[in-house]
Amino acid sequence: MLDFPRWKTIGISIILLLGILFAIPSFLPSKTFDKLPGIAQIKVNLGLDLAGGSHLLLEADIDDLQKTQLANMEKTVRAAMRGERGPDDDIAIGELSTAGGKISFLVRDQAQLDAARERLFSETQGAGLTGQRDWTIEVVDTTRIVMTPTAAGQKQAIAGAMDTAREIIDKRVNALGTREPTIIRQGDDRIVVQVPGLQDPQQLKDLIGKTARLEFRMVDPNADPNEAAAGRAPVGSEIVPYAEGASAGAPFEVLRRQVMISGEQLLDAKQGYDGQSGQPVVNIRFDSGGSATFAKVTAQNVGKRFAMVLDGKVLSAPNINEPILGGSAQISGSFTVASANNLAISLRSGALPVKMTVVEERTVTPELGADSIRKGIIAGIVATVAVLTLMVLVYGRFGIYANVALFFNIFLIIAIMAAFNATLTLPGIAGFVLTVGAAVDANVLINERIREELKRGRRVFQAVELGYSEASRAIFDANVTNVIAALLMFWFGSGPIKGFAVVLTIGIATSVFTAVTVTRLFAARWLHKTRPTTINI
Amino acid sequence: MRLLKLVPDDTNIDFLKWRKLASAMSFILVAISIALVAVKGLNLGVDFVGGQSVRVEFPQAMPPIDEIREKVSHIGLGEPTIQQFGSDKAVSIRTALPEGDKTVADRAGKQLVAGIRKAFPTAHTGSVETVSGKVSGELISTGALSLALAMLGISIYIWIRFEWQFGVGALGRLFHEVALTFGFFAVTQLQFDLNSIAALLTIVGYSLNDTIVVYDRVRENLKKYRKMEIVPLLNLSINETLSRTVMTSVSVMLALAMLLIFGPDVIFGFTAAMLFGVFVGTYSSILMSTPVLVWLKVGPHSFVPRTSAASEGAERVQRKDDGAVV
Repeated sequence: MLDFPRWKTIGISIILLLGILFAIPSFLPSKTFDKLPGIAQIKVNLGLDLAGGSHLLLEADIDDLQKTQLANMEKTVRAAMRGERGPDDDIAIGELSTAGGKISFLVRDQAQLDAARERLFSETQGAGLTGQRDWTIEVVDTTRIVMTPTAAGQKQAIAGAMDTAREIIDKRVNALGTREPTIIRQGDDRIVVQVPGLQDPQQLKDLIGKTARLEFRMVDPNADPNEAAAGRAPVGSEIVPYAEGASAGAPFEVLRRQVMISGEQLLDAKQGYDGQSGQPVVNIRFDSGGSATFAKVTAQNVGKRFAMVLDGKVLSAPNINEPILGGSAQISGSFTVASANNLAISLRSGALPVKMTVVEERTVTPELGADSIRKGIIAGIVATVAVLTLMVLVYGRFGIYANVALFFNIFLIIAIMAAFNATLTLPGIAGFVLTVGAAVDANVLINERIREELKRGRRVFQAVELGYSEASRAIFDANVTNVIAALLMFWFGSGPIKGFAVVLTIGIATSVFTAVTVTRLFAARWLHKTRPTTINI
Repeated sequence: MRLLKLVPDDTNIDFLKWRKLASAMSFILVAISIALVAVKGLNLGVDFVGGQSVRVEFPQAMPPIDEIREKVSHIGLGEPTIQQFGSDKAVSIRTALPEGDKTVADRAGKQLVAGIRKAFPTAHTGSVETVSGKVSGELISTGALSLALAMLGISIYIWIRFEWQFGVGALGRLFHEVALTFGFFAVTQLQFDLNSIAALLTIVGYSLNDTIVVYDRVRENLKKYRKMEIVPLLNLSINETLSRTVMTSVSVMLALAMLLIFGPDVIFGFTAAMLFGVFVGTYSSILMSTPVLVWLKVGPHSFVPRTSAASEGAERVQRKDDGAVV
């Protein structure tokens, strides 16, 4: 055990040297760090509880998604029954209902039933690997068609919506100009958003929580205001409330159900100011298709009003004084600069396919984080000094070896964390301190064993050799149990606890190397050099 | 230089003599802990009950707690739980989760922060946490699951590495330590949250660390002294490992105590729980880990040579018996 061939000594020295080299960048102030060449820019990440920032867990509103899907399928059914080749091609239907999450309608002419089925079938898609479709089509009572969404189809729809939602949230958060946000999907219906260094997450939450479904619709000029006030709208129209503070008059408008232009046809959206009132507004530009539609519709409807509807609320309903050509428009409402900017970002990044709700939020200000780091480092230094002193007092020379090993251990933990881009959290600092206390355990075991063997009358060489070999079994078993606990923390724990588990796991692995191998190298070199007949341990 | 000895050389304390008393004591302590948790309950944080928690820092002296309570209860989120941190400038204000759908947690969080800023314009909100009822339910189940799995996994590992009796002993000890730590949270009313689960898992890992060192020595001695009675053999094993147990515990407790005194108050409860767990672990590894081996009738036959590892041990018996002092 005490013989170290040259290659082994060199190998150990290289590992220790690399450890120190990899750890150094993490200690540098960020200004110096940024000047390093790219290859040397490896650093331990700070968790949100140390760097400050927001952790948000968003959950999709699956009911809302299913409602939207149902509404879309209803539109598809109507369009499919209308036929492509003029009125002769129409299939007359009636009693269409969407109750119970199903679409059900009557085919008036029984002879057209098979044709209707065929048209609908071509509108459904395969879902999953079993050859299932996303909707089933059944004929009930010989004249009624019932369409039901399948589980596989819904699963696929949710997965697709979540992927899109993640991309859109990513775009929106990046548009805020924050540094290094993390946006990842979690489970079936959740998205985690982590943004470091944020002082107030409210703007972030407002931004990502907004669905931003923009629609341009015509105001129904034939609606009777009294009927509307009683909650009744003409066929093909509906009552849409105004957004908070957006209306000076009635709290709602009666709008045509048909959407003239939707948010997907936008090319760009920017926050600006109204030329006359100086109020913050959002200037939008349509793509070519949108521009053409907008020009056509406004030309046909001069003198009438259209409404800009965002997430089911009317923002404004201006009069069309002349056809709007050129494909740009101005959205006004009761905006502040910040809310207009938020809307512009949301519109640019597209509508969320599903409503998202914040179900968990953890925010730490950068000041509190910095305070935690400062106190954590002080505590770490004091704890290390206390343990080092104790080790020297109890084990003398062998205590010093253990202490040097402990220093290498600290560097190695930081180096490995930096190399794997791991995150240091506040419980992680506690993990560090605990590791300092526990890392010496291996040396305690070894040194106690050496003492014992000396007491049994063994010579120095043999005692040290047996000390290392006999203690290593217990060291191994004891550390495996700690790794089991740490792995479970890593699997089940959330952010900060994961950070604790990471430090603990790395610390256990490196401490076995430094406390056993490195101290043995020191001890072996000293013994070979001085050949002592007694040792003070 | 004369070296410090935390434990004198060649101790020969009859620890097993107290095994009935110690076990009875432990049973009573576990029972008291369970009763405390049942009667006083745990001060569950937002992680486990949902709701919102805001850390408020005051630039100058803090207003009296009653004033804070009074003002916060007017925000309309019910009676707040207010907890003071180490310093006299920061408090944690927590309100319960209001009834309603999953959007209420987020809305209530917003309302609480706004309300606090209005009531105390100079104060500063250091951290905000809001957790909805659904998420807190999930955190409870994953927390409980990870704790149970850790206890089970470690016991199974010991069963595989040693013998089943040792696995049972380990599991019993883990239960003891976890129960007592729960009792500690009930008595101190320190907030019990996700960090507390991490503290418990650390205690579980650490406590086993100690047990394994003792068990490893028991195994070694069982192979070495095949004729020795089990009780003196266990006593010998504990005495032989005593100075290591004390030294490691002292160094870990020293490190944790420094963290408790100088460290950030945000993790005060986390550190306090670990310190308590290590303390309990130390006395229980000396007094509690071995009696179960007597009752489960562990003896030299438990390690009948059957693997190459065991025969290696047998060879060591020969080699060492001449030098060994019993």
